[in-house]
Amino acid sequence: MPGPRLTRAIATLAVFALAVAFPFLASGYHVYQGAQVLVLAIALLGLNLLTGFNGQISLGHGAFFAIGGYGAAILTAKLGVPYLLAVPLASLVCFAAGFLFGFPALRFGGLYLALATFALAVAAPQILAWKGFDAWTGGSSGVSLVKPHAPFALPLTTDQWLYFICLVSAALLYVAARNLVASRIGRALIALRDQPIAAETMGVNAALTKTICFGISALYAGVAGALSALAVGFVSPESFGLALSLSFLVGIVVGGLASLGGALFGALFIEFVPSLADQMSGNFGEGAKALPGAVYGVLLIVAMAVMPGGAAGAVRAIMRRTVGS
Amino acid sequence: MRLDVHLCALVGTPPVSAFLHQLASGLALGGVYAIMALALVMIFQATQLVNFAQGEMAMFSTYFAWRLIDLGWPYWRAFAVTVIVSFFGGIALERIVVRPFANAPALASVIVFIGLALIFNALAGWLYGYSVTDFPTPFDGPPWFGQRYLSAHESGAILVSLVVLAAVYAFFRFTSLGLAMRAAAQNPTSSRLLGVRVGWMLALGWGLAAAIGAIAGMMAAPIVYLDPNMMAGILLYAFAGAVLGGIDNPFGAAFGGFAVGVLENLMGAYVVGSEVKLSVALAIIVGVLAWRPSGLFGRRIVARV
Amino acid sequence: MITRRSLLRSGAAAAAALAGARAARAETPGVSDTEIRIGQTMPYSGPASAYGVIGKADLAYFTMINDMGGINGRRVTLISLDDGYSPPKTVEQTRRLVEQEGVAFLFNSLGTAPCAAVRQYLNDNRIPQLFCATGASLFADPKSFPWTMGWQPNYRTEAGIFGKYIARTKPDAKVAILTQNDGFGKDYLIGLKDGLGPERVGQIVAAATYETSEPTVDSQIVTLQGSGADVFVIAATPKFAAQAIRKAYDVGWTPLRLVTDVSQSIASVMKPAGVDKAKGVVTAVYGKDPTDARWADDPGFKAYAEFIAKYMSPKDLIDSNAVYGFGATATMVQVLRQCGGDLTRENVMRQAASLKDFVLPMTLPGISINTSADNFTPIRQEQLATFDGQGWRLFGELLAG
Repeated sequence: MPGPRLTRAIATLAVFALAVAFPFLASGYHVYQGAQVLVLAIALLGLNLLTGFNGQISLGHGAFFAIGGYGAAILTAKLGVPYLLAVPLASLVCFAAGFLFGFPALRFGGLYLALATFALAVAAPQILAWKGFDAWTGGSSGVSLVKPHAPFALPLTTDQWLYFICLVSAALLYVAARNLVASRIGRALIALRDQPIAAETMGVNAALTKTICFGISALYAGVAGALSALAVGFVSPESFGLALSLSFLVGIVVGGLASLGGALFGALFIEFVPSLADQMSGNFGEGAKALPGAVYGVLLIVAMAVMPGGAAGAVRAIMRRTVGS
Repeated sequence: MRLDVHLCALVGTPPVSAFLHQLASGLALGGVYAIMALALVMIFQATQLVNFAQGEMAMFSTYFAWRLIDLGWPYWRAFAVTVIVSFFGGIALERIVVRPFANAPALASVIVFIGLALIFNALAGWLYGYSVTDFPTPFDGPPWFGQRYLSAHESGAILVSLVVLAAVYAFFRFTSLGLAMRAAAQNPTSSRLLGVRVGWMLALGWGLAAAIGAIAGMMAAPIVYLDPNMMAGILLYAFAGAVLGGIDNPFGAAFGGFAVGVLENLMGAYVVGSEVKLSVALAIIVGVLAWRPSGLFGRRIVARV
Repeated sequence: MITRRSLLRSGAAAAAALAGARAARAETPGVSDTEIRIGQTMPYSGPASAYGVIGKADLAYFTMINDMGGINGRRVTLISLDDGYSPPKTVEQTRRLVEQEGVAFLFNSLGTAPCAAVRQYLNDNRIPQLFCATGASLFADPKSFPWTMGWQPNYRTEAGIFGKYIARTKPDAKVAILTQNDGFGKDYLIGLKDGLGPERVGQIVAAATYETSEPTVDSQIVTLQGSGADVFVIAATPKFAAQAIRKAYDVGWTPLRLVTDVSQSIASVMKPAGVDKAKGVVTAVYGKDPTDARWADDPGFKAYAEFIAKYMSPKDLIDSNAVYGFGATATMVQVLRQCGGDLTRENVMRQAASLKDFVLPMTLPGISINTSADNFTPIRQEQLATFDGQGWRLFGELLAG
């Protein structure tokens, strides 16, 4: 079936070309937003590997995002590590944290894993604010970072430079995720999601595969968190509340479970729709300023009603209809 | 606490009295968690899903009761009307909003629940404002049984939670409707062949959950006060309690609710201090689940989420 | 404005001045002959949405000002954006306000972490960040952040007043303190220690914290009671302060209780706690409680009530956040009036830092707003008051932190 594959390749290239051209066409503020979208897309890629492909739910990826963010902040602001080194270091810490968390999490299926990860999301801000860590985390006041400038006198603004760091990271991690999914490990992940008993009978090491998947997923979240900390220039416990973890879940479902391309759509959704809700609620008059939450809730339900399989599911359905296969 | 002193001498000394206070306030809140946990069980029984909007629905029902009482209605009449209205509200919600997602992936339903929670929270803030308000209790007056650890309302809330538990248990165990509901949840296809209207059973589950949630809200509000965010923390603990006890089992879920209430208080007071008690309590629950993956009283189930 | 008027008398000078003003106007984003555009971020959604009422009050107040003809002939447009109390979103929305909407400056954005997240950006770009809606002390630091200013008495100042009061009236006190586990609570503990003085810090015998996600603080109260303290400082938001007052009473603990200005509302703290149980609570106040009957005939309160009746909804009347927005916006309006025709960012900041004895309708008699180049805390006076079961009874003199 060369038809769909060719279309997909062209689409991927087009998206990438657009993404490269974007920072030269848009204002600094939009470039900053673009970087945020890429950061979210990286986190969604990671969560999708875990939830979409391996069937392990996580309501707590905000915690790994926080470890990445704080890791980058502490390494650059307190220890003087160059930021380009701080990002991979912070994400390795996340891999370890995810791997370790994956061990006990292995014992749980479904709902119990949901609770365990939910607990992680709830506990994260509390632990970050804990006075025992004050010297490193700044307690509830958080840590400020210096935003990196473009090196080698490149004619790029800070926003553009950060955007390209995010874009390169996102592209590399996307390719890595694609290869992973297509590899033996990827097939094992999917097999463990759909037919766990059969997969184990066929020699898949369920424990190791699942914990590694958890670690890789956390690593993605860590890269995203570290890049986000650089782009925002500030981390504090409030930056990583339960709402962040839930918005990741919203992102992968809206984008489409087990679809890597869907991550971009999911990221666009969770980046822009809350602001859209704020603007829409403004149309009800100033008394309705309390309503963006409700408008966002309605938009979420409508989005799910229109595309129960997420954006990826909708695209697939359209393709099927037009290609007629 | 010094344990080397004779027990009789201990009762009434400050440390023991403090311990009993901690226990009592844990039990009182635990009662509220238990009722919320039962509400979660009703929907889980029917759909194998945890309704994240349950807390905000309960809060909304409580505001409804508050409006009625504000209009001058006697407490119990407002209580009864609120429970009934919530019941039908729950059914309507299932038929109109949740039903269309019956065949979508399970996570799509979870997103819908998150959407519902956002809607109810923002609507309540818009309609009633965010100021904290007190909410009346039917259990006024001096503490019961001559003790001084539980206020009358706290004793009443524990009593109500036990009554709700008994009612839920009896419903599933002794009524044909309860049996039909369980059957519809466990084997929809065969149930349909036997003439059970499976769709309506799901709606019934939502109705009952909303009604039970309303009771939880009205029992919680005199303790935590009424405001749009009042149920957020309670839902979290109820969820933890339900999973700890076994969410497929009303008795286990209610027990879990009480256990979480007490555990959290004792951890904060005697072990780790107030700053990280929530994290530690959650870690313990996760630890218990690692040891008993289906909860303390749960049957082993193959869950989808 | 006398100087300006006398300038206008001389034709040549007037022409020069007008040309200068026009040039300045052209340079300042958001300012035209008919409009001043300003911006803010507010948590209309998310965990802190209760504070969104401040934003609503700010918007309503400017609507009222515009209905009355604006300021020096210009309408004020406040663009108030939702940030969900999430610092990354605050950065994004603030940049949108500055770079897309082209606002002249930021006004009354809410929250310690959100304001801290954009402070560097705004100072780097020399954009005023006025009247941050938080009591954290880090927004009154003109040396490091000359473009950032808070508004209310900061938590440290107030806790310092309490500390001094305790040291003076109960020199042998044993103090217990309940704080929210965030910057608000942390500042409060520091301020209390400052006020007590180094030799008395040891008298703080117990400290407990709570999370806003917790349903109650009952357990913490029992623990604090066990410390045998006879002074109890409650640095909590209204819901938790009310629970603390009630529970302390119910377990038979009768220390001297001090509550912060965050939680002194009669309707949403004292009444829920039970007015009998709350009798004797001490606080430090700078504003008039809209739920205190003693102000019913006060002209300031009447002005406030009229504003609520006309521009907001009746349920907002008792909300202390509405009083907050009412006061902060009135201060902003005064700054803009003082600016006259020169609405450059430099001048806005200069005028914000030169408020002299400005009196708000809803602050206590005798309290006025004063700022200067090295005083970026507009309100710093408070008076102690005790709750008598019906309202706040002021005692002692005005205290400055």
